[in-house]
Amino acid sequence: MTTRTLISPAQLGRPHARYVYWTVLALVLVLFTVVFLGPLYWMVTGGLKSTQEVVQSPPTLVPGSLHPETYSRAWEVMDLARLLFNTLYYAFGALAFQLVLDVAAAYSLSRLRPVFGRAILGMMLATLMIPATVLVVPQYLTVLDVPIVERNLLNSPWAIWLPSVTNAFNIFLLKRFFDSIPRELLDAASIDGASRVRTLWSVVLPISRPVLGVVSIFAVVGVWKDFLWPMLTLPDPTKQTLNVGIYSLASGVPENVLIAALTIASVPTLLIFLVFQRNIMSGLTAGGLKG
Amino acid sequence: MSAPTLSTSEQPEARIRRASGSRPRATSREAFLRALRHHLSAHSFLIGAVLCFSFFSWYPMVREFLLAFQKTEDGRTTWAGWDNLRTVFADPAFWQAWRGTLLFTGLALVLGFAVPFVVALVINEFRHAQAYLRLLVYLPVMLPPVASVLLFKYLYDPGYGLFNSILDTLHLPQQQWLQDPDTAMLSVVIAATWMNMGGATLIYLAALQAVPGELYEAAELDGAGLLRKIWHVTVPQTRLILSLMLLMQIIATMQVFTEPFLLTNGAGPEGSTTTVVYLIYQYAFNFNDYGAAAALGLVLLVLLAGFSAAYVRLSRTADDA
Repeated sequence: MTTRTLISPAQLGRPHARYVYWTVLALVLVLFTVVFLGPLYWMVTGGLKSTQEVVQSPPTLVPGSLHPETYSRAWEVMDLARLLFNTLYYAFGALAFQLVLDVAAAYSLSRLRPVFGRAILGMMLATLMIPATVLVVPQYLTVLDVPIVERNLLNSPWAIWLPSVTNAFNIFLLKRFFDSIPRELLDAASIDGASRVRTLWSVVLPISRPVLGVVSIFAVVGVWKDFLWPMLTLPDPTKQTLNVGIYSLASGVPENVLIAALTIASVPTLLIFLVFQRNIMSGLTAGGLKG
Repeated sequence: MSAPTLSTSEQPEARIRRASGSRPRATSREAFLRALRHHLSAHSFLIGAVLCFSFFSWYPMVREFLLAFQKTEDGRTTWAGWDNLRTVFADPAFWQAWRGTLLFTGLALVLGFAVPFVVALVINEFRHAQAYLRLLVYLPVMLPPVASVLLFKYLYDPGYGLFNSILDTLHLPQQQWLQDPDTAMLSVVIAATWMNMGGATLIYLAALQAVPGELYEAAELDGAGLLRKIWHVTVPQTRLILSLMLLMQIIATMQVFTEPFLLTNGAGPEGSTTTVVYLIYQYAFNFNDYGAAAALGLVLLVLLAGFSAAYVRLSRTADDA
């Protein structure tokens, strides 16, 4: 039995209502496909059009002549290989830092309960209340000259990796999950003489796979989607991310080359989404309620 | 019920105590050392994250307050008191940026708040193709912003853009979209809604699926039509999530930067798409006036603090429920 919604099953059972149901469904399917997939179709085919065709008015729905070489031109002219590599390097570096440091912190706060643990957690959660954009300026100044160690992190991947760890929401999500692991399981491990690192590694982490998956996907996608911070901290064109690199080169290349570049830049996150859509959607609704 | 679970959870601890060989009455020195060792090792797990927070979150938070009341000239930092705030308030761009931000927030609430809810209501009614519809709505969220924004720029183009040729085939007047100060902000909001509505839609869908079906049945017995059922059953049942999402959207949209920056280079025609965060960006990175940037940031912070506090209180209620 499916849960019932606004329209009652009895109403839907009537032959006339069935006809209406399928018509409305078909209309909604077409409308949604056009609205959400249409622009993507426009992007992929725009990259296949010739330079004249792409700025022609009225625009053509199907490319008159195919120019797949536009994609290879975009790849070379905008140095997409480098931008793609940079973005991957920043994204997976940020993922590694978040997984190691945030998991360790959440484990400690949830299971080891150090002195001042509650205060530290409170201070971490308090950062969620400060609008992120307000901190961009002082964070930028910190990156220019990190106090105590006195290093300038401009143009270095550390400027992306280290601030990505300060994700209080991740720590909160992980801590809640660790809190829910039965005590007996961890006690059994410590009776067997397992150290804390070992308990974390071979008992806690294997159970936590779903939440680790969600945190990982959002970590990678977060870096992939960020714009302002990498624009400020990575001014060197050879070190830029896809977002920043394409933006700064956008006005210098023909329209069709630019659109082809946008398509290429979109492929990795779309692939991640299509592969992990179940995890992403469940993670979103699990985390959506809590701030 | 609770007594046996309590005893089983205490038992292992007693066993550990015996297993580790310590006598029940350890000397206070031993106990202290053991506690010290425990806390030191617990803190060693925390240290990495705490250092990152210290440098990139907590210190910048303190610094934001200091910067707002300081002036840096020729490398010398002096106390400026309220000067920065006065500068910011006296700037005509201040009011323009607030007008832009409130216009964006207002339009984004009409579109970005209502549209995902209606879309979720519609998707929830179908017994077929739900997975496909959910997938479609979330697809744009996964695009890098530069891709969706530049794509919309191309769709909005007054010469060869798709939107104008659609208007043309419908015999409607063509628009200047991003080039016209009257429509520029609306165009930005439409693009931003398309890019970001997926997350909200999925959260609403999850909330709708938790509405008990018997309530609809009861409403039908009372002779309620579709709209009455939505108003008297769906909305009250999803009120908590609706209010949380409303607060979250206000907080997020008042900080908008990327969309207007990429679509209209920040200011837009006649400054029509200038937002507060764009002005902060300009003070800091175009005029090198970090004091003014921080002061304006502080104004934004104070205004948003109320919404943030309400959000935290409400999400605690949601947690308890």
